[in-house]
Amino acid sequence: MEPILQIKNLTHTYGIGTPFQRSAVEDMSFDVYSGEFLGIIGHTGSGKSTLIQHLNGLLKPTSGQVLLRGKDIWAEPKKIRDVRFQVGLVFQYPEYQLFEETVYKDIAFGPANMGKRGDELDCCVREAARLVGIRDDQLEKSPFELSGGQKRRVALAGVIAMEPQVLVLDEPTAGLDPAGRENLMANIRDYHRNKHTTVILVSHSMDEIAQNVDRILVLKSAHVLMSGTPTEVFARGGELLAAGLDVPQVTRIAMALRERGLAIDPAVYTVQDLERQLLALRKGGAVC
Amino acid sequence: MLKDITLGQYFPGDTVAHKLDPRTKILLVVLYIAALFSARGVVGYTILALCLAACVRISRVGLKALVRGLKPVLFIIIFTGILNLFFTPGDRYLLEWGILKISDTGLRNAVFMVVRIMLLIMGTFLMTYTTSPISLTDGLEQLLGGLKRFHVPVHELAMMMSIALRFIPTLIEETDKIMSAQKARGADFESGNLMQKAKALIPILVPLFISAFRRADELAVAMECRCYHGGEGRTKLHVLKYERRDYIALVLGVLVVAAVLVLRHMGL
Amino acid sequence: MATMIKTETLKYAYPVEEGEKQTFALRGVDLEIEKGSFVVVLGHNGSGKSTLAKTFNGVLLPAGGKVYVEGMDTCDENLLLAIRQRVGMVFQNPDNQIVANVVEEDVAFAPENLGVPTEEIRKRVDDALKAVGMSEFVRHAPHLLSGGQKQRIAIAGVIAMEPACIVLDEATAMLDPIGRQEVLSTVHRLNREKGITVILITHHMNEAEEADRVIVMDDGVVAMDGSPRQVFTQVDALRSMGLTVPDTVDLLDRLQKDGLDVPLDALTVEECAGAIAAALRAN
Repeated sequence: MEPILQIKNLTHTYGIGTPFQRSAVEDMSFDVYSGEFLGIIGHTGSGKSTLIQHLNGLLKPTSGQVLLRGKDIWAEPKKIRDVRFQVGLVFQYPEYQLFEETVYKDIAFGPANMGKRGDELDCCVREAARLVGIRDDQLEKSPFELSGGQKRRVALAGVIAMEPQVLVLDEPTAGLDPAGRENLMANIRDYHRNKHTTVILVSHSMDEIAQNVDRILVLKSAHVLMSGTPTEVFARGGELLAAGLDVPQVTRIAMALRERGLAIDPAVYTVQDLERQLLALRKGGAVC
Repeated sequence: MLKDITLGQYFPGDTVAHKLDPRTKILLVVLYIAALFSARGVVGYTILALCLAACVRISRVGLKALVRGLKPVLFIIIFTGILNLFFTPGDRYLLEWGILKISDTGLRNAVFMVVRIMLLIMGTFLMTYTTSPISLTDGLEQLLGGLKRFHVPVHELAMMMSIALRFIPTLIEETDKIMSAQKARGADFESGNLMQKAKALIPILVPLFISAFRRADELAVAMECRCYHGGEGRTKLHVLKYERRDYIALVLGVLVVAAVLVLRHMGL
Repeated sequence: MATMIKTETLKYAYPVEEGEKQTFALRGVDLEIEKGSFVVVLGHNGSGKSTLAKTFNGVLLPAGGKVYVEGMDTCDENLLLAIRQRVGMVFQNPDNQIVANVVEEDVAFAPENLGVPTEEIRKRVDDALKAVGMSEFVRHAPHLLSGGQKQRIAIAGVIAMEPACIVLDEATAMLDPIGRQEVLSTVHRLNREKGITVILITHHMNEAEEADRVIVMDDGVVAMDGSPRQVFTQVDALRSMGLTVPDTVDLLDRLQKDGLDVPLDALTVEECAGAIAAALRAN
């Protein structure tokens, strides 16, 4: 697979020369592959937010590079806006950034800034609205009349409408109830599947990450602690717990079962997988 | 960019400057401003600048933080300076270039004006840096307490002010967030003419106002839930009390003003 | 046991603009909350759980029925202050309930409003900050604290009123897992050590595991009411109300349907693993 984004020795230091000097990101290097669904997990203060603002050039690295398709995004600082159209970033609680009179106009803000007009613009807006599950009759409403969950969808559509090659989502389900979370994640999964774009999901919920992504990047105090497929990462569940991070509840059950002498794969992270393994154990009678 | 706005920020500390009664500090600032506007000559300004320097030293706030506070008003300072420089008629012109003329009085006025504004801002900031907004409003409330008799809602005004101060950092942070989010959608705040620039602010201002209203609404409910019912029967965690250091500070303040007034009379 | 809060056929409808149909957010709620208990109220968005919470100290007044706080009617305007002093509220957004720029001044806000003498305020502030484990932040600026810390300050601000009951209206919704844990362990401790009644409104199922009682709201009425074990074992009913069950219960439910003899009410990871291991051995 080909990397679409390459992060090379990225460091970002806040408040240089003040007593508050602090590196939020320190010497981070990793690749993001074209078409993958990458999860980034870490505590508040692990550098997640600072990191993702480098991916679309909202922040400039103190040192190191961000390469988009092999080209340094800061090679031509004047063209940084183009990078923002290619790497779409959805912030936390994005519904607080809505401002237009209608849902339609709000979604159109991004693509219009790209210079899209007329039918092309209309096409982008409607497609994005469809992808996040906004009905046509809602497009002419004021975004402020919608419910919290719907507002968030509108804000998400506003970024998707720019048709970015990489979509970065910062805690997209924060504050939603379980049904709302699941619905929104289903929309995001569909979007990823149908558009074949790269999606980066930032979350502090291990369960949410485990259920959705192809690959996980674990951050811990400004560094990359580990990365790999969910199976690879959760196989090191003990290390995650020792680092003060959570593992999915299913992984914890699996670990507790192993402690009781059951031959369970420690890397299991979905209820279905654990169920399958337990049923296989029952058949094989492999309980000591 | 917005992080430069330090108005209303409070740097907790334990120095004499922090411990002075807020009423003393407010009175001192009033005296200081009066003195600034009375000063006429180099000696007067030098004395006031030295007083400020001494206070900064005592407060341990650090000159850097104060100078940073000047940044947002830099434009106003320069503008006033230029206005004074070119448009003050005088007896003698140092430079004539078309309609632009710099007179000796102009130069003098410009320099004094710039110094005066800078000292004024730094002095007031020093007060807000060393006084928690709540004790500042407490001080104001007490100083203006007499006006209650004339049905001036002193307590309500003081409460409004302290809440405004409390929310300044929150709203600044929020503005930064909204700006980043709109930039991520390709908003452009830098290029274009004045009209376009003003229009580019709509995507920031609308969400900011909506959020401010939402916050106000929630805060009002939260305050009611904590039994807020106006100023009536309210007690205080920190009761203001004048101490010896307050009297000393006030006497010193009066002496400085007197000195500046005398110097003014002497034209210094 | 004495009753802290009692509701009788409580109804509430949010005001609507003319011409619109009025819908009831609460459609007849009868509840009795015991003093000293830890009650979790669950429900999806729009189930009426948050509306219910706001009627408990008279922020919202019933459109029908009654709410009594220690026998005091919340509709009686003269009792409002007394009621609010007995039932403290912590809200969702930590930034929007902190009044002051310094932690101690914020915690002092409620006692100041109540006219508590100065020396007593000092003591209450120090005790409250100690109770939430934030003593070292007494002179800090609240906006520089983490979300979990801000919520603990908000809780301190409430317990400085010396209330008998704290209602947390989705107070953990905006927090990260660490912040959520901080708030939860704080309120559990207050419940245990000071006997304060805690009513926790949330949509995070796992916050209900250690509660004395779980109430599930759906469509403006109480849909379920019982111990966490009684409620969480009703897997299908919970799902139909847009709620999830903890993975432990989900797994046990599946295994049970697969014919394995496991109980449904092993809520914690350890209990669940123990039950499964026992069942497999017996097999």
